[in-house]
Amino acid sequence: MLPAPPLIEARTVVKRFGALLANDHVDLSVAEREVHALLGENGAGKSTLVKILYGLLQPTEGTLLWQGAPFSLRNPAEARQRGIGMVFQHFSLFDALTVAENVALALDGNESVARVSDRLAEVSRAYGLPLEPGREVWRLSVGERQRIEIVRCLMQSPRLLILDEPTSVLTPQECEGLFATLERVKAEGCAVLYISHKLEEVRRICESATILRHGKVVGNCDPRQESAASLAEMMVGSKVAPARHDRLTTAGEVRLAVTGLSLPSPDPHGTSLREVGLEVRAGEVFGIAGVAGNGQDELFAALSGEMLAEAAGTIRIDGVATGRLGINARRLMGGAFVPEERLGHAAAPAFRLSDNALASGHATNGFVQRGMIDRAATRVWVERVVKAFDVRKGPRDPEAKALSGGNLQKFIVGREILRNPRLLIVSQPTWGVDAGAASLIRQALIDLSRSGAAVLVISQDLDELFEIADRMAVIFHGRISSPLDTEGLRREAVGLLMGGAGFAADAVDEAA
Amino acid sequence: MTMFEAILLTIITASTPLLIGAIGQLVCERSGVLNLGMEGMMIMGAACGFAAAILSGNSYVGVLAAILAGMAMSLIFAVLTLGLAANQVASGLALSIFGLGLSGVIGAPFVGAKRDQMAKLDLPVLTDIPLIGKALFGQDPFVYASFALVIGVWWFLARTKSGLVLRACGENHASAHALGYPVLKIRLLAILFGGGCAGLAGAYLSLVYTPFWSPGMTAGRGWIALAIVVFASWLPWRVLAGAYLFGGITILQLHAQGAGVKIPSQFMAALPYLVTILVLVIIMSRRGGQQAAPASLGTPFVPDR
Repeated sequence: MLPAPPLIEARTVVKRFGALLANDHVDLSVAEREVHALLGENGAGKSTLVKILYGLLQPTEGTLLWQGAPFSLRNPAEARQRGIGMVFQHFSLFDALTVAENVALALDGNESVARVSDRLAEVSRAYGLPLEPGREVWRLSVGERQRIEIVRCLMQSPRLLILDEPTSVLTPQECEGLFATLERVKAEGCAVLYISHKLEEVRRICESATILRHGKVVGNCDPRQESAASLAEMMVGSKVAPARHDRLTTAGEVRLAVTGLSLPSPDPHGTSLREVGLEVRAGEVFGIAGVAGNGQDELFAALSGEMLAEAAGTIRIDGVATGRLGINARRLMGGAFVPEERLGHAAAPAFRLSDNALASGHATNGFVQRGMIDRAATRVWVERVVKAFDVRKGPRDPEAKALSGGNLQKFIVGREILRNPRLLIVSQPTWGVDAGAASLIRQALIDLSRSGAAVLVISQDLDELFEIADRMAVIFHGRISSPLDTEGLRREAVGLLMGGAGFAADAVDEAA
Repeated sequence: MTMFEAILLTIITASTPLLIGAIGQLVCERSGVLNLGMEGMMIMGAACGFAAAILSGNSYVGVLAAILAGMAMSLIFAVLTLGLAANQVASGLALSIFGLGLSGVIGAPFVGAKRDQMAKLDLPVLTDIPLIGKALFGQDPFVYASFALVIGVWWFLARTKSGLVLRACGENHASAHALGYPVLKIRLLAILFGGGCAGLAGAYLSLVYTPFWSPGMTAGRGWIALAIVVFASWLPWRVLAGAYLFGGITILQLHAQGAGVKIPSQFMAALPYLVTILVLVIIMSRRGGQQAAPASLGTPFVPDR
């Protein structure tokens, strides 16, 4: 007897966006009841491929087969009718609508929201994924939002569940919950296509893997037979060295001291800071871990001076009260700040790199002489950054938006580090950049600290903090835990803090 | 007719065009499109409606022509903002200016022409209710239509799947697209509905309110209708309240001036605007500054292929 054909198969799929070849003759096959990983770096073509499988994009060439028979998908509704469900990386949820309305939108047919509500309650109980149908999405945590996406797929009894980077926003404990749900889904006869670049979890839950690099399939393997290092090598195409990290021997004097910092968030959906206290010393990298939306944006704004504190003494740089000082004053004291969003916050997308250099360095780098811009000086500065941080930029002075994510990130981090700041505060330094750029940036942060600067890294990537931070604290609902030494620290302990355990009771109450 | 009935009647006539215009714009904005061309669409409805009514001798033909004129105007806007992803604010402003000019050309031959006001439609029994009966239930069809529109739009947005999809497009067009909804098509329909309502509101001005044509006769009512949508935090019932609050104060200050109240007339004329702003501020501060606007309002959507 012939073996059963795979549940879904993509053969020689090509997808072109103008000059860019996002998928170059990609083959993928997922067997029935299989948990299959799709691995690759950012920009390798994973998201494009799954959008084709979900009917959101049409392939330029190639065929799709469902249980051995060719088929095509004109839109996501047709994909859902086949039994293909998708959990998006950047959730496709509507913040102002309720949970039930969000689910109703993903169901085909004309079921009333009240009926959907009842069925939703049933399914969420059956799978142990608690959800309140009547709550608006913006009130929910990131983990709960993902639950909505999963439950709304499960309500359509899927045959194939596609998850795009599902754990990048979860605490370790929430990840465990997700894996248990996937086990259960698989036991009920559903196949899973799991997109990730977290190799340890892929090795743990996936039975087979397809690896993409620059739009091409570069290998198929059983991840359980591979090591994380060998998978990473296939993904990147070369060996990736973890950041070199000498044990911190002597921490210097306190550079940044925050005490009793409380600050209401200007955003009605934001998180206010409450009684935040921390100290960062010269020579160390200090990490702030936490799930997105727990006050990281507000903390960065308060420390950089984008938002002024209520009392000057709550933030001190080198002992000087700076809570009421603006960004320029803090920069002149040796501070440097790299915000989370590359395009739109750290850099103006339509500005050339030289203008972006001016935008952050006008007070400190001598770019302005008697009110006139010294163009030559900004261009020389750009070339210095480009050289020191290996920024690949094409033309001499391109617009910021023309750079790839990794190259622009290297530029905005390098722009600050080359000033030799005494204090660097950086948020999400390697979010969504390729492994090569990430490792270069992490090394630069460590090197800066070892040269005597204090470095504060706010990151949702726990692996990153374990790699580079000497000490770390967790932010939860606008409060900060006491600092922990990374040496000998268990991930589970940090995970519990990220979920709110160990914080004052009133903080946890508000979470519930 | 008692004084009270007269006041009530004039309040209704002053409020109806604002209500019809605003409720159409509300649907448009809930789908994520900000069409500032309201004034231009409204006055085109007034000019075309009056012209068609004179030429055909039938007010209902005029009403139909006004709706079509408003929709045609909004179609221009849709081609610019949906088809070419042009800036909605600039396109809307251009549409307003264009409508004011074009309506002058279309209406020129009809300046000075007269038509009788459209016939009232008395609802039997209900008109016999003392005090309010005559004013509320002895009205022209526009007034009934305006209330039907509010109820219909509320029901559509709150109760139907299509209404939910429309709201979803206004909240987050990228997600709506990811779920497979045709965002641009839905927005096109919403824009056309807004245009049709604007045309209808214009027809009310030239066929019932005055009833004649004069250039620039909308006199900023399109802008007021736009403001009422914001005032109403994008909720149909509040649009009703907003339109009647504005219309009510406009009329009451006229009566107060007529009665010889010793307040400068300029201040009295500004009163409706001041009250609208005041209520808006109170509502906003009560909500703690929280925005009620659809999150994608005014941002163009370009799907990737």
